[in-house]
Amino acid sequence: MSTARPLLKVNHVSKRFGGVHALENVGLSIQAGDVHGLIGPNGAGKTTFFNVITGLVPADRGHFELEGRAYKPTAVHQVARAGIARTFQNIRLFGDMSVLDNVRVGRHVRTQVGWWQALLRTSAFAREEAAIVRDAMALLDFVGLADQAHRTARTLSYGDQRRIEIARALATEPRLLALDEPAAGMNATEKVALRELIERIRAQGRTVLIIEHDVKLVMGLCDQVTVLDQGQLIAQGRPEQVQSDSRVIDAYLGSAHAAYEAPHEQPADDDDAEIEDDDEDEGARAPEGGRS
Amino acid sequence: MKPAQKLPFFLLSAVALAVLPLVLQSHGHAWVRIIDIALLYVLLALGLNIVVGFAGLLDLGYIAFYAVGAYLFALLASPHLTENLPAVAAMFPDGLHMPIWVVIPLGAGLAALAGVLLGAPTLRLRGDYLAIVTLGFGEIIRVFLNNMDMPVNITNGPKGIDRIDALSIGGVSLGEPWTIAGFTLPPVTLHYYLFLGLVVLAVIASARLNDSRLGRAWRAVREDEIAAKAMGLNTRNLKLLAFGLGATFGGVAGVLFASFQGFVSPESFSLQESVMVVAMVVLGGLGHVRGVILGAFLLAALPEVLRHMAGPLQAMTDGRLDASILRQLLVALAMIGIMLARPRGLWPAPEGKA
Repeated sequence: MSTARPLLKVNHVSKRFGGVHALENVGLSIQAGDVHGLIGPNGAGKTTFFNVITGLVPADRGHFELEGRAYKPTAVHQVARAGIARTFQNIRLFGDMSVLDNVRVGRHVRTQVGWWQALLRTSAFAREEAAIVRDAMALLDFVGLADQAHRTARTLSYGDQRRIEIARALATEPRLLALDEPAAGMNATEKVALRELIERIRAQGRTVLIIEHDVKLVMGLCDQVTVLDQGQLIAQGRPEQVQSDSRVIDAYLGSAHAAYEAPHEQPADDDDAEIEDDDEDEGARAPEGGRS
Repeated sequence: MKPAQKLPFFLLSAVALAVLPLVLQSHGHAWVRIIDIALLYVLLALGLNIVVGFAGLLDLGYIAFYAVGAYLFALLASPHLTENLPAVAAMFPDGLHMPIWVVIPLGAGLAALAGVLLGAPTLRLRGDYLAIVTLGFGEIIRVFLNNMDMPVNITNGPKGIDRIDALSIGGVSLGEPWTIAGFTLPPVTLHYYLFLGLVVLAVIASARLNDSRLGRAWRAVREDEIAAKAMGLNTRNLKLLAFGLGATFGGVAGVLFASFQGFVSPESFSLQESVMVVAMVVLGGLGHVRGVILGAFLLAALPEVLRHMAGPLQAMTDGRLDASILRQLLVALAMIGIMLARPRGLWPAPEGKA
């Protein structure tokens, strides 16, 4: 499935929050068409890595390349325009807007009719609006929410809200779709459906980067897996290679399983509590539409 | 409402709105005047609704744009500049008398510029912090107008600018009674029609902006700014656009106000007025055009209605209760009552369409 062409290539990424090395010299390259898993114990720096490549958090150091072109993740909206769309660990929908409008906002970056055309209701406006609705409905159909299009987003179930977020991200026509713990808080049935959805996204030729705690899901789904621990890359490769790597077993698989009994030590990264939010108990997290 | 019922409804409303001042003026011009002022407030509230309601940016200095429009027209349509600045007098020996299709777009444009200038330094601020900075901006404009009479007399300071021409349309001055087919329309009624026309335009503009790519983007910024950015929305430009477009309504309202009153002074643009316009938007229903119109009408008309209630109450207490203070008390009580009963406003946007 993988081709030789790396879609995203990052090198020497470092990020410190005060005294905490959230990321230290991390390098990663994602092949086009892959589902690439990013795993690691809580506080390993996964979400920070996400925030850095999408521009939400400025990196201290690092080199970033998307499709062979260097990009600087300094402004979040430019990263989305360049082709990286993401979802959030703690779902951030536009809660009071309809499901359809959430996805229509995703089309914003690929459409251009301006306010004066909206005022004059030009034919260009009408054409583009019709296209936006058509594309958004097609995406809702793709994630299986077409019949919920006119409901208020925050009234949908947790699993469905995740799907809206994915549809909204897909609406930006991303080269790379970055999913931050999409299965968090989902039950077994929802996880199966999610996996099926991600496989269909891959089948469309899109590249997916996924942070996930559910080892079974990651190992079954991903083409490549990268393991972070305490801000450092400790292993990278095919799922079966990574699974048998002794450092990974030490750092993650072993301790993560133990963590359910006794939470292991985790660096305090409260510098950035707003977006860095690695909770221990995923199941207990309440579905919230978005915090302001 | 079904589409088939829409057209008759609109025609009926149009006729009712056209006849309204003719009926009212026979009971005294003061009534038409109240409606005129209410229409100006509707225009202001619709403009502020773009900033506060659509984009979610709490602006407590909105009245500054009203002031910008009003002073622009005051300077362009009164002898003030030619009397005080010989250079201007030399350039325009007949005085500055700009036609309406120049002044209104100019007022809108200047206010938009002021809106963007205010918006630029506040882009990183949200909620309470934004409110405080905009409040300061509103006061700066007022203090500026109050003190720009020295060393060069531009605004005439606290004395204000008088002798402002009324706007004129096609040679008909709105400042003088106009007789058509034996029927005389006083200036208040003429202004009413102009105000009504611009309010209708403002309603259409608001509704169209709201139901567009831009309107959705504004709502997205209001709901969750970080998610909006992650979807590729340039929140900086979106906010500046909200400030700019919202301010145009205020600028136009200001031009109309100056033409209507024939006199402007800084005290018309106090913080109290800004708060009043915010109250209209919130009371009516944030982000909902119809609700905002209702809120503006109620809050503009309520004090006038209460004027008639305060009188008898004052008589009952042998004049111990002052009518004007009583009126303020009643307005405040009414607002508290409404907000307790309907916290999302009198006529909020339907679910999912906010």
